Amino acid sequence: MNVINFVNAFFSDSAHWHGYDGIPTRLWEHVQYSLEALALAAAIGLPIGLITGHYGRGGNVLSLVATAGRALPTFGLLVVTTILLGFGMLPVMIPLVVLAVPPILVTTYEAVRSVDPSPVDAARGMGMGEAGILLRVELPVALPLIFGGLRSAAIQIVSTATIAAYVSLGGLGRYIVDGLYQHDYEKVVGGATLVAGMALATLAVFWAAAKVTVSPGVRRSN
Amino acid sequence: MIRIDSVTKQYPDGTVAVDRLSLDIPDRAITVLVGPSGCGKTTTLRMINRMVEPSEGTILIDGVDSRQQPVNTLRRSMGYVIQNAGLFQHRTIVDNIATVPRMLGWSKDKARARARELMERVGLDASFAKRYPYQLSGGQQQRVGVARALAADPPVLLMDEPFSAVDPVVRKGLQDELLRIQAELGKTIVFVTHDIDEAVKLGTMVAVLRTGGRLAQFAPPAELLSDPADAFVEDFLGADRGIRRLSFFSSAGLELLTTPIVAIDSTAEQIAARGATAAPYLLVTGLDGRPLGWSEPGALTAGRVDADRLLPYGRPFVAERDSLRAALDCAVLSPTGWAVAVDAEGRAAGVVSQAAIGEAIRGAHAAGREEQPAPAETAQKVIR
Repeated sequence: MNVINFVNAFFSDSAHWHGYDGIPTRLWEHVQYSLEALALAAAIGLPIGLITGHYGRGGNVLSLVATAGRALPTFGLLVVTTILLGFGMLPVMIPLVVLAVPPILVTTYEAVRSVDPSPVDAARGMGMGEAGILLRVELPVALPLIFGGLRSAAIQIVSTATIAAYVSLGGLGRYIVDGLYQHDYEKVVGGATLVAGMALATLAVFWAAAKVTVSPGVRRSN
Repeated sequence: MIRIDSVTKQYPDGTVAVDRLSLDIPDRAITVLVGPSGCGKTTTLRMINRMVEPSEGTILIDGVDSRQQPVNTLRRSMGYVIQNAGLFQHRTIVDNIATVPRMLGWSKDKARARARELMERVGLDASFAKRYPYQLSGGQQQRVGVARALAADPPVLLMDEPFSAVDPVVRKGLQDELLRIQAELGKTIVFVTHDIDEAVKLGTMVAVLRTGGRLAQFAPPAELLSDPADAFVEDFLGADRGIRRLSFFSSAGLELLTTPIVAIDSTAEQIAARGATAAPYLLVTGLDGRPLGWSEPGALTAGRVDADRLLPYGRPFVAERDSLRAALDCAVLSPTGWAVAVDAEGRAAGVVSQAAIGEAIRGAHAAGREEQPAPAETAQKVIR
């Protein structure tokens, strides 16, 4: 009666591979929740982080917001949003986005702010506009760090998206929540293994994305 | 011409970086702004391309107020070189250089072709084109910085302490390279440095600024060395300005003695025939005519030279091309007190004594006093 046995039993049961409660369905749901939450968090965190980092202002406000965001208990927030908004996708997205924005925002701000000032000065002196400086001088150099922020946000989202199951949605959390309720530990361990595997896959995706988009001239600091 | 017309820069906290500065920067020449830290030289440079906006006064480019055109149009018409080159680390060397042409809308191919042409001009091997800045040394990076500034062929080049972060040997190479490029291209260059030697070496005109951003003197370097305007300038020039000034006098006027030169395979008769020489030593040359060393004082009477016991001759100067400073330096370094002149191929061209060099220096000073040089025409300088 150990974890390996549970994992074996879970994955070799063909019933777990079909239907609306099958692994492919749950996995796909989980990927969708995670991508949606990450996209929303990036849409909020990246532009604010890039602009504040470029102008080097607002760092204090940012760290305040980030600390506040991190201090909010995700599960508690889920309960509140569900009570206020009822069951649905939105009450799940809010806590996930609140969780993911701080690492994206703070690392992006720091990444842009810490770009060597002399190429920026050179770019400005040769007549490049501020948007050009941000996108073509600072961003390419800050990219490895920004990826780092996105990556930790993504991993937190992937592991936390299990909460969707508490409010009747799908995703890999379904196995954990249902398994606990049914005292079916095979299911719990199987679900947890899938979440861990997906977190590792997320790491791999970010590693590959950085490999493709970061210039070989930028020496990575992380 | 760039005219800086009583420009003042005062920061909100009350600090005055530049105080009612007026300068006429001549076209197609190198104007150096030099002075101690806090003299406002960099601020002045940065006001020319409006990286810093003047609080008062105007800067006219060819008679037009620099604020008349959009700031980025102005900046694209001026090359800009900064201390650590400021290269874009995510771009290859060729793409770094192609930056401004690309901003001006050139096609990628045309911009890169231009970049490769410039790499050659600044002495960078074509194999660097696809490399990234971190793969280059500081001196090479700065060459890329200069090439990048020249890429769109701007009439003006602004250089802010471009060579101060590299070691002295590399710096000298970069300075020589800049003078060579300038002789080919004839840009209007404004060059900021805190190094007075660099200012004297590179400048057609040198503006010495004093702390608080006021102009102390604006003159060609030879005039600066001969007639410092006041105690501050004199102090800033340093103790050996008399020696440094000799860089501006050619060694062409020196009378070289050829009688003390003997080849290593000379016979006793040939050596004896040198008996009438004014020099106490004989300069022994190899069969190719290159100097080997000074013979012992007794060689003349002994009628033979001892090839194993030659005295070193220090460092020779190139006759006609080098300055009196180089000639004097040779004489001081030579243990015999005589300088050795060589021709362009390194063959001994003659020898000259310290006394004769001293005579030539006095002559040059006297000639300098007679015809005070017109400020614009003193660009002639002898480079060692």
